[in-house]
Parts: sequence; C-alpha cells; structure tokens
Amino acid sequence: MFMEYDPAMFSRMLTGLTLGFHIIFATIGVGVPLMIALAEWMGIRKNDEHYRLLARRWARGFVVTVAVGVVTGTAIGLQLNLLWPNFMQLAGQTISLPLFMEVFAFFFEAIFLGIYLYTWDRFKSKFRHFLLVIPVVIGASFSAFFITTVNAFMNAPQGFELVDGVITDINPLAAMFNPATPTKTAHVIITCYLTSAFVLGMIGAFKMLKGDRHVYHKKAIRLTMTAAFIFSIGTVIIGDFSGKYLAEYQPEKLAAAEWHFETEDAAPLVVGGFLSDDEEVNYALEIPYALSILAHGDPNSEVTGLDQFAEEDTAPLFVHYLFDSMVFIGMYLAFVSMLYLLLSWKKKNWMHHKLLLWGIVAGGPLSILAIEFGWVFAEIGRQPWILYDIMRTPEGATTSKHVDAMLYLFIGLYALLGISSSIVLRKMFKDNPAAQEMEQRGIDERGNKS
Amino acid sequence: MSYEILGISVLWFFLYGYLIVASVDFGAGFFHFYNKISHQDYQVNKLIQRYLSPVWEVTNVFLVFFFVGIIGFFPDTAYYYGTALLIPGSISIVLIAIRGSYYAFNTYGSKDSKIYSFLYGMSGLLIPASFTIVLTISEGGYLDVSDGNVTLLLGELLTSTYSWSVVVLAIVSVLFISAAFLTYYAYKAGDDASYTLFRRYTLWWAFPTILASMLIFFSISRHNPEHFSNMLDMSWMFILSLLFFLGAVYLIYSKKKLGLAFVLVMLQFFSAWFGYGASHLPYLLYPHLTVNDGFVNETMAIALILAFIAGLLLLIPSLVFLMRLFLFDADYVRGKR
Repeated sequence: MFMEYDPAMFSRMLTGLTLGFHIIFATIGVGVPLMIALAEWMGIRKNDEHYRLLARRWARGFVVTVAVGVVTGTAIGLQLNLLWPNFMQLAGQTISLPLFMEVFAFFFEAIFLGIYLYTWDRFKSKFRHFLLVIPVVIGASFSAFFITTVNAFMNAPQGFELVDGVITDINPLAAMFNPATPTKTAHVIITCYLTSAFVLGMIGAFKMLKGDRHVYHKKAIRLTMTAAFIFSIGTVIIGDFSGKYLAEYQPEKLAAAEWHFETEDAAPLVVGGFLSDDEEVNYALEIPYALSILAHGDPNSEVTGLDQFAEEDTAPLFVHYLFDSMVFIGMYLAFVSMLYLLLSWKKKNWMHHKLLLWGIVAGGPLSILAIEFGWVFAEIGRQPWILYDIMRTPEGATTSKHVDAMLYLFIGLYALLGISSSIVLRKMFKDNPAAQEMEQRGIDERGNKS
Repeated sequence: MSYEILGISVLWFFLYGYLIVASVDFGAGFFHFYNKISHQDYQVNKLIQRYLSPVWEVTNVFLVFFFVGIIGFFPDTAYYYGTALLIPGSISIVLIAIRGSYYAFNTYGSKDSKIYSFLYGMSGLLIPASFTIVLTISEGGYLDVSDGNVTLLLGELLTSTYSWSVVVLAIVSVLFISAAFLTYYAYKAGDDASYTLFRRYTLWWAFPTILASMLIFFSISRHNPEHFSNMLDMSWMFILSLLFFLGAVYLIYSKKKLGLAFVLVMLQFFSAWFGYGASHLPYLLYPHLTVNDGFVNETMAIALILAFIAGLLLLIPSLVFLMRLFLFDADYVRGKR
C-alpha cells in the first residue's frame, strides 16, 4: 500500500502488531490471578464478604480478558512459524523445551481456572475454594517465566555450537537459563503484577470519583495500592539490575537507549530531550555520574558508547524516548501508590482526595502504556538481530508473497476483538453494579453476610 | 521404538485428543446456534453451556500443544509448512480467535446475543475445515519446492477431489461426534427433550460420516497410490473402525448404553486416526520430509520427553479432577450445582 513489498518488514510489523495487542491481555492474565487470590484470602482471613465479592467480580471480568489473551496467544504461537520459518527451523532446536513447558503451565492454569470459576458456592469450606486459585496463579506466572526465557535466549543465545550454519552440541538448560533470563523474567513478572494492581485500582478510584463512596471501593483501592507499592519497589530494584545486565552483555542497546555516543568514564545520564537530525541532543537533563552508577554501580566506571560499534549493528536512536517514558511511568506509579499509603497512615481524611483518585485512575492506562513502551524498547533495541550476534532479522523471515495482505487482515481482527471486548466488559459491570450484587447476596455495610 | 516414532506418536495422540474435545465443542457451538434460530433452545442450550463453560480453554491448549510439540520434535516442519501455510494458517488463526472470543463474550457477558452465537457457531464449523488443509498438503502434490523456496499451489488445492473430500469428512465428523456426546450427556442430565433431539442428530449425521470416509479412500487411491497401498496393508484398523461405528449407531438407535456408545465413537475415530497416521509414515510431508531427516537432535528429544512425562504427571490428575467435578458429577450435570 504505502511501501515496497518486503516480506521481512511486513513480518516484523505483523509480529509487532500481534504481540503489542496480546501483551495487554497477557499482562492482565499474569497479574490479575494474584490479585484475585489476595482479595479472596483477605476475605477469608478478615471474614469480610466485601473482599470475596471483589475477588468474584474481578474473576468474572478476568475471564473475558483471558479469552482474548488465549486466542491472541494462539495467534502469536502459530505466527512464529508462519512468519519466521527460517528462524524457527534453526532456533527450534534449542527453544522448544521452554515453549513446550509454557504450554504445560498454561494447560495447568486453564484446567484450574475452569474449576475455580464454577465452584464458588459448591464447597462448604471457603478455604477449599481459595486453594483452587493457587494453581491458576502458579500456572500464569510460570507461563510468563517460560515464554520470557525464550525471548531472553534470543537476546543472549547460548547452549549450543554453530558450525557452518548447523547447530550442534545442544544443552537445553543452558539455553533456557542464559544470562538474560534472571533480569528479563523477573522484570516481566513483577511489572505484570504492578500493572494489574493499578488497572484494578483504577476501577475502584473511578467509581468513587463518579460519586459511589461505598466502602467496598475503598477496600479495593486500599488492597490494590498496597500491593502496587510493593510491586513498584520490586520493579525499581529489578530495573536497576536490568540496566547492569545491558551494560555487561548488550552495551549497544544501553548506549542507544541513553544516547551515549562516546565511551567515557563517569558518564552522565541523559533524561528526556530531543535528538536533532544531525544527532545533537537538545533540551535534555544531564545527571552527572548517573549512567555509570546505573551501568556498573560505580560513579567513575567506564561506560561503552555507540562509537564502539558499526552503525549497521546498532538499534535506531528513537528507543531513548521509549526507555525514558517507561522509566518515568514506573516512577509515577511508585509515587502515587506511596502517596496513598502515606496519607492513609498520617492524613486519613485526604486519602480519598479527588486529585489522588484521578492519579490512581491515570495509573491504569499509563501502566499498560509502560508495558508497551518497555517491550517495544526491548525488541527494537536488539535490532538488527533476531538471534543476537547470530542471525539478522531479515534472514529469519518468511519468503511468502502475501504477508502484507495478512497484516491488514489482522489489523481488522484486533480492532474487532478490542472493540467487542471493551463493550462486553463495560456492559457486564454496568448492568450489574457492585451495590446491587451486595444486596442480592445479602452482604451488609460491614461486609457480613446475612 | 525410536525417539522419532515416539515423538510423532505422542503428538498424534494429542491431536487425536484435540479432535475429540474440539469436535464436541465446535459441534455444540453449531447446535447451540441452530437450536436458537429454530426456537428449540431453552433446555438444550443450557445443557450445552453447562458442559462447555468449564472446559473451553482446555480444548484450545490441546491444539497449541500439538503445534508447539511438532516444531519442537521436528523443527524442519517449520520451514516447509510455515512458509507454505501463511494464508490458510492465518485464516485458521482468525477463525480460532473469533470462535474463542465470542464464545466467552456470549457465555460470560451480561446476556446471550444472537450475533455472538452466530459468530462462534459458524466459525467453529469452519475451523476443522481450515485445519484439514495441513492434512491435505501432507499427501504431497500441493507444494512447489524449488530454488530454496516453498510455495503453496492454491489452484491445485482448490480443484482437487481429495482436498474437498477431507473438508466434507471433517465437518460431518464434528457434527456426528458432538451429537453422540450430547446424546449421552442429555441422557445423564435426565433432559428428555434434549436427548430426543440429539439422538436424532446423531443418527442423521451417521450416514454422511461413513459416506465421506468412503470418499476419502477412493480419492486417496487416486491422489497418492503409495499411501493407499500402505493403508491397505493396515486395512484391519479401518475395518475395526467400521465395526466400532456400527456398534455405536446400533446402541444409540436402540437407546441402550449411551455411555458405551460414545466410547465406541471415540474408538472408531481412534483406530481410523492411527491407521491413517501409521500408514502415512515415515513421511511428514510427502515426499519432501520424513520423520528421520527432520528430527530434533537427541539431547533435546530426551529433554522434551522428560518434560512431557513431568507435564503429564501434573495434568492427568488435574484433568481427572476437572472431569469428576463437571462431567461425571450427576448433580452438576442435572443443573443442581
């Protein structure tokens, strides 16, 4: 349509589109089960039906997002083979183990999710029902773990020998537990938790802004913001490790993200700013020593710059904007949740102030955006490689003549799914508000069941 | 048994599992829609939903398991099938996506919608048809492999008797398997109206199922004589399949032992499926790819098999638990829980 047909370029666009759409639902799919488990557990421990209703209503909405997550996950699984057959033929020798295990983890989750959803009032003991959500949490987090090891492998391939284009001497565990695995998997999982906590917190805060001051929503906000604060601390710590990982193993990715052109000691961190056409950094804030601290934990250490690499081996420089946006949003989320906790501790009559509630509401979409930014940064940042230092992206792509048509087909599909799932979710909760459900179930203001 | 044969047998077995559970699912989706527009829906459709809701996600995983597994054990399949199947594969993905999402939107959304029910009913019927393209091209003659490039010969595919007979068999089998299961399930639920309806569907769909199977034999003998002669060598498996089929139809016709009848339907497809698969060996894609030349290296094969065993140890008890709670719990089936 707008560009010359190049199967590799269209394959990249279609893969990016599918994953970009999938990770919205996948993130929720990994994080929300944990929040549901926390809410149900609180409900049992405090003997408070409000929390159990919270878990129940979250679970109901969760199923709709899971459905879209499952089908788009199936899509990306198949598309890997359809769009990147040459890559899969080579890498299939080493990544099939984690892919296989991911499916098992997902299988496990699927079985118990079905059971959990349909046994709310079936067991006499509430605790037994709660136990059923644990395999769902484990399955969700483990599938995130396994699939992220595949991505880690693409960034730091190891566990095999490549002799004249033929893979030999394979060690599946070394491939799975490559140097990128610890930081990548930890970062993915904790940000899924953080995002889900904010997305759920957003719902409660929005209801309160709309004038529904029910204690049910206050409890929801308290639970989600406490969890969000803990997860955001974790995110900051793991984010720091990820920076140190990049400095060590993929310095050109870090250098592109930080616009660090020349190798130097005591390197400053470039925050924000714009890059002019002749690679001049304008309007940026420079924090002295910060990049050296981020990279090596030592203010005087030397940080490798882009000057050490051939131009065809480095990523496009716009990744800096993505990186900064991701970090900024992460800081924002930590700040909002911390502020909420401080106020709930010291200044109780301010903790439901309009501004703070709006801040929490904004945190929902922002956290999803941060996931997208972070993921696009990670993926574009390793260009031009599909297998770092081994296979360039175009070499892995299909040679088929119709990738462009498929791209348009999938744009249509995701638009349809995105719109219908939003309509369904909205209707589900509008037609059956929390207050009405509490009345039906005979739950009073204090969370006791009559 | 060599690792290659073990690997492909395991995968074939999972695909068989998918064939059964997905057929029940897809057929039920179609009946759900059909009964709705012909105004016989109330009881019948509740019954369908009660069985399907807890298991729909599990069904999907069987499929993912198969295609992840086949790339794992036979990475070269990615090269041949991946390149050739871009368009049909993408169409399958779109159908699966529509089917899965609208099923959930319709079931868990605030109310039952005719449009949603149409979307998941019809897409469910088209999915098996779209998948059969893989089986069809595995017979050879539909791919052009030259200059290091693989192209699907779409014209050949669309004008071949063989490919169409596979499509027909896929659709009628789905309706037959699903109706046979729902007959049994309705009977257990003590739901007479649904039972009568599904019994009629089962008997109705039995004839096209067997006719389509005959058509396959005929068209395969013309399309791939080598495969056909292998099938003749294993003819006992297909004869066995026919006997199971006759037994199942007899039991349903005479309203006896409906659980056994469904088991016989499963065995009918089991023997035909494995007869077909075994006679296809050693080829994964005739005549370009065999199980031997496309096999993953041995270390990985062992790791995969170990992961597989560990996975089964986790899954089988969980699946049994799921079935005991929903499929074989008389109170749940009758709608009392």
